[in-house]
This record gives sequence, structure tokens and C-alpha cells, in this order.
Amino acid sequence: MSEVAEKTKAPKEPLFSKKNRKLVTDPLTDNNPITIQVLGICSALAITVQVEQAFWMSVSVLFVLALGNVIISMLRNMIPSRIRIIVQLVVVASLVIIVDQLLAAFVPDVSEKLSVFVGLIITNCIIMGRFEAFAMGNKPGPSFMDALGNSFGYAWILLAVAFFRELLGSGTFWGIEIFGSSIPGSKWGLYTMGYENNNMMILPPMALIIVGIIIWIQRSRNKELIEDH
Amino acid sequence: MEPKFAKGGKLEKWNPVFESFSTLAFTPAEVTKKGAHIRDGVDLKRTMMTVIIALVPCLLFGIYNTGHWEMVAQYGNRDLPFWDHQWDKIWEGLKVVLPLVVVSYGVGLTIEFIFGIIKGHSLHEGFLVSGLLIPLIMPADVPLWMVGVATAFAVIIGKEIFGGTGMNILNVALTARAFLFFGYPTSMSGDKVWMNTLGDRLANGAENLDGFSGATALGDLATFMTDQATVAGQVITDKAAVMTAYTNNYSLMDSIIGNIPGSIGETSMIACLIGALVLIATGVGSFRIMASFFAGGYIMGILLNALGGNAYLDLPAHFHLAIGGFAFGAVFMATDPVTAAQTATGKIIYGLLGGMIAIMIRVLNPAYPEGVMLAILFMNVMAPIIDHYVVQANIKRRLKRLKTA
Repeated sequence: MSEVAEKTKAPKEPLFSKKNRKLVTDPLTDNNPITIQVLGICSALAITVQVEQAFWMSVSVLFVLALGNVIISMLRNMIPSRIRIIVQLVVVASLVIIVDQLLAAFVPDVSEKLSVFVGLIITNCIIMGRFEAFAMGNKPGPSFMDALGNSFGYAWILLAVAFFRELLGSGTFWGIEIFGSSIPGSKWGLYTMGYENNNMMILPPMALIIVGIIIWIQRSRNKELIEDH
Repeated sequence: MEPKFAKGGKLEKWNPVFESFSTLAFTPAEVTKKGAHIRDGVDLKRTMMTVIIALVPCLLFGIYNTGHWEMVAQYGNRDLPFWDHQWDKIWEGLKVVLPLVVVSYGVGLTIEFIFGIIKGHSLHEGFLVSGLLIPLIMPADVPLWMVGVATAFAVIIGKEIFGGTGMNILNVALTARAFLFFGYPTSMSGDKVWMNTLGDRLANGAENLDGFSGATALGDLATFMTDQATVAGQVITDKAAVMTAYTNNYSLMDSIIGNIPGSIGETSMIACLIGALVLIATGVGSFRIMASFFAGGYIMGILLNALGGNAYLDLPAHFHLAIGGFAFGAVFMATDPVTAAQTATGKIIYGLLGGMIAIMIRVLNPAYPEGVMLAILFMNVMAPIIDHYVVQANIKRRLKRLKTA
């Protein structure tokens, strides 16, 4: 588990150097936190019923991870390795409380829907994973880039899953009716032709299956990702 | 014609399609050239055809029964004699069942062909059976597009993802049904779906007749767990009267013959048992699984009887084996050689547990009137573990013998 921090004096490199850009682009595809590292699956199942929730969840995770990575990275030489998990937890917990309060203040209805899941960002494996694996051993600049990459990698999977689940499960996108209305009496659109929403899309197993399909597509495009048995 | 499809030929890409049709029609001419091999004409395709033949009684009875209930809904007369107006009923039944079969095979085989062409192997035969099983476990009133979607889901997610026929962990036909069951619950169960057009008729304001409801025996039974039992649309609160009302409506004989509403192919226990005889006689279906599945259901029924308390728990155990999809599931679904347990002891454990869980879900969970589908899917998942422990136990026993000797 413990990451050995390399303390060699490296020449100062610009924030958007090739290596740092890779930190952002890698997690989007070939090293995606959800589909490749299989972290943060829990929230991908829980809050992808609607695109709006998934969006705000992604924003919250981006905020917590970006700030948290930078803070941990700045503290990395001061944290005794024995209690590093506790220190990391304190940082995440404070950030999550801030996010929770911000959401409640500015988008109260979303905050109500996300309810406990914002609090559960504390236990999101991606965040602790990045703190342990990256921020503890790297400077604030690259840590920030790493946080950006991982949050965006997390976000696009979340939004993709939420898009299909909301479209096929409720016939809407961001609450706007796409396929028409299924309310009896004022039916319109596809529903008048006998179309029905798929309730299974609302249930968590379907999120798992959609994530699985994304993994399938990803691995059939890039054969290196297929591990041998 | 063949050279065109051979390697290098003009239509090389379509070879899987050509090969599958030619081997379906003719026994392949290729023979192993050297070494000792068992030469037997029974390849996977013949095995599949045997299952299809075993399914024919269920299919024919299903067509007739669907037609019967269609006529009942049309005339609004629940006491319509079952064996009257045979030709009308067959015609009405065909109008419902044939499109289902066509959609199921059409969608499933198209997907199989596409995967065959992409992967460059010949068409997998597995869908021959699944394609017929799927329509048989659908209610009569299910919209055709749903059957298409469910078939596509089952073939792609249930089978092709795992590597095609022989590699799937879940029974394909049951995966299709489970998808619809959870995805479109109102179209899959309830009291409006077992008769074609009844739902439309009621929606258009047609008068529902006194004491008439489209609920199945299981739908009625599910209400027995509450204080107010419903039999054929009538609410009965007196516990003693519930059973009499139920057996008047669905006698044991009705459930065995199968002239009751239900999914298309599953209502008749007799048709299922004829199929079972064919499967056992040809050695295609496992007798162990069928017998232990029935035994498991019966044991659970007796246990529930011993528990007692309300009308459902008191329902005689042998009733459970006749109603719903229990017989159909035991004969055609649980015995699927790919997804069932492989070891002899494992098959018995698999069947026993499957039967017990099926009745347990059916009786104790009012949200799921029928538990056979979920029980078999659950046991499909458990089958490899059962096999593992059976094999381990065998190894342990033999090691012990080796040490003492």
C-alpha cells in the first residue's frame, strides 16, 4: 500500500508539459478509474438514474478530488506515514462537508435528491486511491492534473451511464421529456404507439450492465487492456 | 454452391450462414480421419432438435389454450366449454403465438448470425431451443416489440458476452423473461395480460363480467397471504371458504390438464411431462435434475403446510407441482445442460434447492407470484459452486482412502 515518495530534485517542469497532460488524458480512457481500475463503482450504481444527479455528483467529486489532491500533496512531507489515512480522511471529510453545504445552499433540490450520497464521497475509493497512489508522492501541480484527469474519467462514465438509464428508464434527459409523456390521459409521442419505459433501467443492476458494456467496447478497441488468465 | 462460400470464394464472409443451414438440413460429410473416435450422428444440432420435438406438446397445447382464453375474453363467458369450437380456438391461438415465435427467432437468429460473421465461426445452435422457449414463457398479451428487445438483451448480454453457446452462465430464455419481468412488470404479470386483447377491451371501457378476472391461479393464490383473499375477482374473507372457492375455480385436474390462464406453454403439466419423457428417453435431459426439482418443490410444500396459518400455506403440496410454470421450469429450464450443475451429486443438490427456492419465493413473497424463474436463475449462478464442492469432496474422500490403505 505505502507509496514511496521520490524526493529527487527534478528540474521544474511546466504545468502543461507532455507528462502532465498524460496525467489528464490517461484516466479518461486507458486508465479510467471506473472501467479499468474498477473504483467508485458504488456511486456509479447509486446516482446514475438521472443525468442531473450524475452531473452534480461529478462536479462534487471534481471539487473534492482536485482540492484534496493539492492539499495532501502540499502536506505530503509532513504527514507521518503511520497516521496518513487518518489525515487523508480528515481532509476529505472537511471538503465533503463544504461541498454538501454549497449544494444545499445553491441547488437545494439536487442536494435533496443526492442526500446521503454526497456524504458518501468520503468513502469513494477513487479519492482515497488518488491520495494514496499519487498525491502522497507528487508535487501539487501534477497532483492537480491527476485529480482533473481522474474526475473527468469518473464524470464521463457517470454521465454516459446516467444518459442511457434516464433516456430508457424514464424517457427523459435532464428532466425534459424526449420520447413523449406516459401520463395516462395526456399521452403523446412514442407512448401512444405502445412504447413503455423500461423499469429495469431504474434498478441498480442495469447500471452495472451498462458499465459492463462500456468496458466491453473499451477492451475490444484496445486489446492491451484484456488481461490473460 | 458450396465453393462460393469456401475460403477465398466470393461469399466467404457469409460462410457461417451457409454452413449453418446446410448442416441443419444435411448431416455433415466430414469424418475424422485418424485415431479412435466415437462416431455418432448426434451432434449439437440433433440434440437441439430433440428438445424442440419435446417442446411440441407444450406448444400445441399452448396454442389451443391461448385460443380458448381469447374466446373467453371475446364472449365474456368464463364457463365456455374447453373442448368446443376447436378450429376457432386454434386459429385464435395461432394468431397470438405465431407472431411471438417469428419475432423471437427472427431477432435471436439475426443477432447470432451477426456475431457469427464478426467472430468468423459458424452459427451457434443454442438459439434453436431458446427461440422456441422464449415465446412459451410469455403471457399472451405481451407486445411484440418487448419480446424482440428481451430476446436481443438475452442473446447479447446473457450469452454472446460470455462467448456464445455453451459458455453462458444464465439460461437464455429465462434471462429474456427476467428482463421483461423487471423491465415491464405491468405487461408481464397481473390480471390483464394472460388473455390477448383483454387489456385493450377493459381500457376501452368494456364491462368486466361478474366474477370474471384474467388473473392466473398464482395471481389469486398470492392474495391468500393477506386477510382478504381474492378468487376470480371475488373477495373472500372467511379462511375456510377460500380453499373451496379456489378449488372450484382451479381444480387440481384443471392445473394438470392446463386449461387455465397462464404463460403460453407452461399451463399444462401433462404436456410438460410428455416432453420430459422424450427428453429422458433420448438421454438429452437429466432425469436427476427433473426428479429432484419436483422433490424439492414437494418437500418445501410439505414444510409450508406444517408451518400453516393461512390459506396459501395450507395449500396441499402436490398442488404446487401442478400450477404455474413449475413443471415447465423443471423439465425444460432447469435441465439446460449448459447452465445446470454437471456432476451427478451436484445435479441432485441443484434440483432440490431449485425446487425448494421456487416454492419458497412463490408462497412467501407476495411481490413475486411465481418463483420458478428466479429460483432457476439463482441456481444457474450457484451451479459452478455446487460442482466445485462436489468435486472437492470426492477428491478428499479418495485421498483419505489412499492414506488409510
